[in-house]
Amino acid sequence: MLVMLLSVGIVLAACGGKESSNSNSNASKLDQIKDRGKLVAGVKYDVNLFGLKDPKSGDVKGYDIDLMKALAKHIFGKDKKIDDILELKQVNSKTRMELVSSGDIDLASATATITEEREQTVDFGNVYFIAGQSLLVPKDSKIKSVDDLGKDTVVISVKGSTSEQNIKEAAPDAKVTLFDDYAQAFTALKSGKGDVLTTDNAILMGMHKQDPDYVLTGGLFTDEPYGMIFNQDDDEFREYVNDFLNDMKESGELAKIYKKWFGEEPPEDILKENTMLK
Amino acid sequence: MDAQSFATVFSHIDEYWSGFFRTLITSLAALVMSFILGFTIASLRVSGVKPLAFCARWYVEFLRNTPLLVQIFFLYYALPQLHIGFLNLSGFQAGMLGLTFYTAAYIAEIVRAGIQSVPKGQMEAARSSGLSYYQAMVFIILPQAFRIVIPPLGSQFINLVKNSAVLTFFAGYDLMYVADSLQGSTGQVFPVYILAGVFYLILTIPLSILVNFLERKLLV
Repeated sequence: MLVMLLSVGIVLAACGGKESSNSNSNASKLDQIKDRGKLVAGVKYDVNLFGLKDPKSGDVKGYDIDLMKALAKHIFGKDKKIDDILELKQVNSKTRMELVSSGDIDLASATATITEEREQTVDFGNVYFIAGQSLLVPKDSKIKSVDDLGKDTVVISVKGSTSEQNIKEAAPDAKVTLFDDYAQAFTALKSGKGDVLTTDNAILMGMHKQDPDYVLTGGLFTDEPYGMIFNQDDDEFREYVNDFLNDMKESGELAKIYKKWFGEEPPEDILKENTMLK
Repeated sequence: MDAQSFATVFSHIDEYWSGFFRTLITSLAALVMSFILGFTIASLRVSGVKPLAFCARWYVEFLRNTPLLVQIFFLYYALPQLHIGFLNLSGFQAGMLGLTFYTAAYIAEIVRAGIQSVPKGQMEAARSSGLSYYQAMVFIILPQAFRIVIPPLGSQFINLVKNSAVLTFFAGYDLMYVADSLQGSTGQVFPVYILAGVFYLILTIPLSILVNFLERKLLV
């Protein structure tokens, strides 16, 4: 049975491989995007401040979205209508790397932390946001820091996120329970399925804005550099985007977008080089 | 997909086993409870007592015609809104109860069909030979019905094991939850889900064989 499954798998993988190598060998990523006439970017739809879909208007808004819009305009020119040159695709923490590797999206700008393990499958661009992991608790919670997370506490996190691994190291006794996305995780916290929700501060800030009865506590206990995700074959395109972001930093455009979403100046070392790049 | 990616996933085999046992326990518990509940509901339906039969019928219609996912979402996220302590179920409890209620509706239908497929003459003959209604039911009708319902019951129990994968949405720590989490943390897709499939087969194939065996054993 196993042999049968495996052989089916190998055949499928072989077919998939052939297709993607064909399309890659023809032209560089940037040329492909220009030929197609639009940039296809993977973003989140469920993370406030980075990429959140407004259920009324149907628009997706956030820091990641504004960066992708600027990138599309940079590639195709400012006078084009944004809907013609940019296609946003919803990704989540589980799908974003696979979609980039398979070529379904050109890049993903989706609150992804750069890690050694992930660098084995994809490449990350320069650090475009510096986040740190923090805790979100109900206002009247006794939990004040990571040290308060004992074996009686249930910590909520999201499948596929780095927060899961970090919290297991920072609070090895606590019980960690995982959900599929941040919307579900927050609902779970609200319905008392856990005592505390942990992930990057920026995502928690968005949740706090949505429901001020839940507050951030305990400061930052990790350093989480966010990078955009690229296919490993697309070195040229990755450098193109890095240069574009550097230009935006110099012109002050990046600071403007950053301030619009986070209410403060970006840190000095934003866009520092991704040191884990292989 | 290569040997390396399989090796990465295989290094997490302990987590698969813990997910496997969680799925096994959930399925077994739901199997026993849904059989008892389903059998009870079927008995109510054929009892001839109108209000009971009516309630049983609507239980079946309601549970069978709404998605399992909706039912467990309700148990998991909606019940806690009532702020009654014990109703704040864990993912494991909500999943097990949801699977029980849902599967019981199907089992009730299968058992009812089984009872009704035993020819009427059997009951009449039993009654006229001096047995009471309940004696006739227990000693004459049910043994025959049981034989008829073995194959559909078997499929239903196999479905139950597979349906338990919905626990992944409720932090149920089952096989699918383990696979989903590993997919996220390792970035591997193919080996993660192939292995999950293999583990499900370890559960369902013996169940299939058992059902086939019972079917042959009980053949007249």
